[in-house]
Amino acid sequence: MSEIVLSARGITKAFPGTVALKDVDFDVHAGAVNVLIGENGAGKSTLMKILAGVEQPTLGTMTMGGQKVSFDSIRDAARQGIGIVFQELNLCPNLSVTENIFLGRDITRAGFHIDREAQRRKAAELIGRLEHQIDPDGLVGDLMIGEQQIVEIAKALAEDARILIMDEPTSALSVSEVEVLFKVIGELRRAGVAIIYISHRLEELIRIGDHFTVLRDGKLAATAEREGVTIPWIIEKMLGKDQVVANRPPAIEAGPVLLEVERLSLPGRGHGLALDDISVAFRPGEITAIYGLLGAGRTELFESLYGLRSGARGAIRLDGVALDGHSVNRRMRAGLLLVPEDRQRDGLAQNLSVGGNLGLASLRRFTRFFSISKAAETPLLQQIIDQLRIKTAGVDAPITSLSGGNQQKVVIGKSLLTEPRVLLLDEPSRGIDIGAKAEVFSTMRDLADRGLCIVYSTSDLKETHAVADRILVMANGRITADLRAEDATDEALVRASTPKTEPAFA
Amino acid sequence: MSNATATAKSGSTDNTSVLLLLLKLRTFIALIVVTLFFALMAPNFVSVANAIIISKHVAINAILAIGITYVILTGGIDLSVGSIVGLTGMVAGGLLAHGLQLPMLGIIIYPNVLEVVCIALLVGTAIGAINGLLVTKLGVAPFIATLGTLYVARGAALLLSGGATFSNLVGKEELGNQGYPIIGSGNVLGIPVSIVILVVLALVAAYVAQRTPFGRKVYAVGGNERAAALSGVRVDRIKIAVYMISGFCAAVVGLIVSSQLVASHPASGETFELNAIAAAVLGGTSLSGGRGLIGGTIIGAFVIGVLSDGLVMMGVSEFWQMVIKGLVIIAAVVLDQLQRRLAASNG
Repeated sequence: MSEIVLSARGITKAFPGTVALKDVDFDVHAGAVNVLIGENGAGKSTLMKILAGVEQPTLGTMTMGGQKVSFDSIRDAARQGIGIVFQELNLCPNLSVTENIFLGRDITRAGFHIDREAQRRKAAELIGRLEHQIDPDGLVGDLMIGEQQIVEIAKALAEDARILIMDEPTSALSVSEVEVLFKVIGELRRAGVAIIYISHRLEELIRIGDHFTVLRDGKLAATAEREGVTIPWIIEKMLGKDQVVANRPPAIEAGPVLLEVERLSLPGRGHGLALDDISVAFRPGEITAIYGLLGAGRTELFESLYGLRSGARGAIRLDGVALDGHSVNRRMRAGLLLVPEDRQRDGLAQNLSVGGNLGLASLRRFTRFFSISKAAETPLLQQIIDQLRIKTAGVDAPITSLSGGNQQKVVIGKSLLTEPRVLLLDEPSRGIDIGAKAEVFSTMRDLADRGLCIVYSTSDLKETHAVADRILVMANGRITADLRAEDATDEALVRASTPKTEPAFA
Repeated sequence: MSNATATAKSGSTDNTSVLLLLLKLRTFIALIVVTLFFALMAPNFVSVANAIIISKHVAINAILAIGITYVILTGGIDLSVGSIVGLTGMVAGGLLAHGLQLPMLGIIIYPNVLEVVCIALLVGTAIGAINGLLVTKLGVAPFIATLGTLYVARGAALLLSGGATFSNLVGKEELGNQGYPIIGSGNVLGIPVSIVILVVLALVAAYVAQRTPFGRKVYAVGGNERAAALSGVRVDRIKIAVYMISGFCAAVVGLIVSSQLVASHPASGETFELNAIAAAVLGGTSLSGGRGLIGGTIIGAFVIGVLSDGLVMMGVSEFWQMVIKGLVIIAAVVLDQLQRRLAASNG
């Protein structure tokens, strides 16, 4: 039917330690919306980065119009008419809309004098085409996120892109902004532009998609045309059948409520609520998974509980003692602990040794007469290293010498040394391999069996079943489902996690 | 194949690890080289008297550098220390020469030397606290905050005397405030007091940095502020504390300098902050925070001190001295980068 503008064959991408893509074929149809679906880590972003020239494939070929092509850089791909709108916006907030659109490809006279008038005219025209009233001279930093997204798209169009890649373009948009975007996509499609569209919002995909490609664990799972694609079909192809880790049943009964959250709300960036009236309780001995998509509010919930979000309103009680308004330090001493998602950014001090990192949150335990006692410190650290089976040359080894999984265990070990009663783990399995995942989950079960209250978040459906006794689902800052693990079907979880396209207040 | 690469690697590791060790010890090696050079080139360089003179010069810079090292370890910078030296010297000098004047009560209080010392130390520490509060509570960039206090403190020092010098700070017997010159010119068991102060401060500072929870937190804040905060470290308190330490060290120097001269001059201490930062950097402290040792800073201060005094003794012009000092600092940073790159590729 429609013409294929770009065809990728046998694309394989290996990173040190893992293979992100294995032998994937992907066709991009002109004048159509080419949908790419998969769980986090399925390889969607890697494939997009290869098409856009950000990464180069280890193996495989790409052809455009019968010609073999390869892109060394994003500029290289742009010259061939491939534009990409990244999920995280790549704009300079200190520059104007026009300056951003023409960044790196200024319209010049005599090769050096920027023709501001021409740029302004072109920018206004592009924005007009996208049906928006954005001042081309306004600062990008003053725009709403949705408007910034429009500027990103205008930037891609300024290159006369024949292929436009959109990585979760609607994740930050309001309902009316989504409608405008869909209209723009419709126009671009009629103009013959090939759109590659990535999103987790399944209803959206069904609505605008023409060609569907599903990736699972770096491999091509299925392809289909719009006829015959249903939400259950997508879910089945996306998840497959296999379990990640054998679940281990709890050894003890869950105790009485330990951590209680009542009417917790947090204003979002720009508009709306990041957390919308959340009330929930957690019990010791129980492992609770919080499943949700990017931006559902999982991290915001954890950070509000831990005292990192000063805008949070609502009651938080640990064992009946009110924690709201207390500093991180005091919440920690009360027995609440957060293991952050981004261990490089939030979890580890790269300049400290393994032991220095492990002990950082519990220095008072080793302090004798104002100084750190090696004699008191070393056995405790060694015990944690043994307990979590952290593979390290010793407590004095540099933290950078450890693998990702072992670094993650150090972050968890640091938390355990504070003798917490409630452990909040934000995406504990992110960026670690399958074996390390199993060990981290097994550690979580050990801790729950010792009477800790464990709450972890994940955006990987399989990982909810890997270890949890109870599964909460979040979407749009709300808890949309609260299920016992044995009652939670994949479909129920996915449906609950999909943000409704109706306005949230309706 | 993996075996082959492993052996190949260990073969090259032998050479690189020796090189790495040499690079790590570069400041110490530089100190030895510089000392040997002047021992051969400058007559009378090697003598106990000269060693004491150099050490007294170095003490001033090294004490400042200890405080600054703490600030730099957290990722900050303190430009105000030179002005604090001037201001605290003037506070001490003014109290000794003219007493604490309370015109509304019509009385003048003459504190004794110990009280004067305490007041001066308090003033320095308080300015450090102001720096810390500006940086943490008001979110002013450390460079700007301490640049501001650099001017304010210097202006305050000039205002105290209208720009004049407080001289002859020997005190009067009837006022009970004699003995101030001991700090700068006295001896303990034949060792100048200022050197004793340096040794004590350096030992305490090194111990605190390496063996106490406070020191560990300083390194953690410099290495990853967010990770430290999430581990329950009260980052603001740590930062305020390091600026207070720096202000305290500057006040100590202010006392030593004015005591040595038996006079306090409001311009005293100008550009001292730059020498102190240079000593810290020479000693391997990373300006991005999280990396550095008090011992390294002390050695760095000695390299600068030996270099300046040696060049003076050789009769090298002051202009050339500045050029040479600048080149040494640049060389130190280049070697530091080299060491890090080598260590990274080796690890």
